[in-house]
Amino acid sequence: MADTNPIKQFEVHPIGRFEAFGYDLSFSNSAYFMVLTVVVALAFFLLATSSRSIIPNRAQSVAEIMYGFIADMVRSTAGPDGLKFFPFVFSLFIFILVANMLGMFPYFPAPGWHSFTITSQIIVTVFLACLVMLVVLGYGLFKHGIGFFKLFFPSGLPAPLYFIVTPIEIISFLSRPVSLSLRLFGNMLAGHLLLKVFAGFIVTMTGAGFATGVLSIFPFAMIVGLTGLEFLVAFLQAYVFAILTCIYLSDALHPGH
Amino acid sequence: MDAEAAKYIGAGLATLGLLGAAFGVGNIFASFLQGALRNPGAAQQNFGTLVFGFAVTEALGIFAFVIAMLLLFAV
Repeated sequence: MADTNPIKQFEVHPIGRFEAFGYDLSFSNSAYFMVLTVVVALAFFLLATSSRSIIPNRAQSVAEIMYGFIADMVRSTAGPDGLKFFPFVFSLFIFILVANMLGMFPYFPAPGWHSFTITSQIIVTVFLACLVMLVVLGYGLFKHGIGFFKLFFPSGLPAPLYFIVTPIEIISFLSRPVSLSLRLFGNMLAGHLLLKVFAGFIVTMTGAGFATGVLSIFPFAMIVGLTGLEFLVAFLQAYVFAILTCIYLSDALHPGH
Repeated sequence: MDAEAAKYIGAGLATLGLLGAAFGVGNIFASFLQGALRNPGAAQQNFGTLVFGFAVTEALGIFAFVIAMLLLFAV
């Protein structure tokens, strides 16, 4: 019988073995998909912006819509001076979006012929979240110095309340990288698990006999619906990551609000 | 009780946390829809706030899911 283990899709296995200084530095399928993500994103935007016509062609207008969408988001959440972080937010958004979308392929020219979602690996999302938090901390401390810590003392409160509010603010700040990374990781993991669990139903049902094989049309219909939902989630999670990045950056730009 | 059985029961119990996230996310979209239908003009510029509220609420449900996954595959 076919392997119906839904966890198997998240396995990282090496394509080319390579070891140096006692570390395993093999080029894995995870690395392959990361490279592919960057190549796809770069190729699309280079192609789309190559003509730079006044009347945009299709690819160019898609690129312009994405640019306008993220620029509007940065302006409305981090303020007009947040636009200096636009390249950072836009890169994060495009990287996560393309990575999520590449993971949605059922078959893909990759080892094992299945696609691999790099954002369903917690190490990738933790790295992205830590990068965001380091940028927030670094820029906040560079711009405001010690005044950045006004973030933990919201203005306009009666003095005794600070004993309660400040610890809450500190805990909320420290839990941001955890929630930011776990949200993306959990969503992608849950979605892909769900799809493969229903796919496993089809395999076991067709294996069990003709009658159950006919009934396996129901889990199949479910997969079709869920795949549509997963495309929405793939986009929404990239957007959520970008908008939360903007909100955290706005704390670094204007602490003490 | 067998440790293996306790693990699966724990994972099942951990998914109960998703109940709260379901109520929360449903509440957010219901409230947004109520407000948006009363004043459709203001709905568009509050989409970001909607998604932010959704993300923050949903994260708590995802925590419960991650605990269930940890119990199943990492403990």
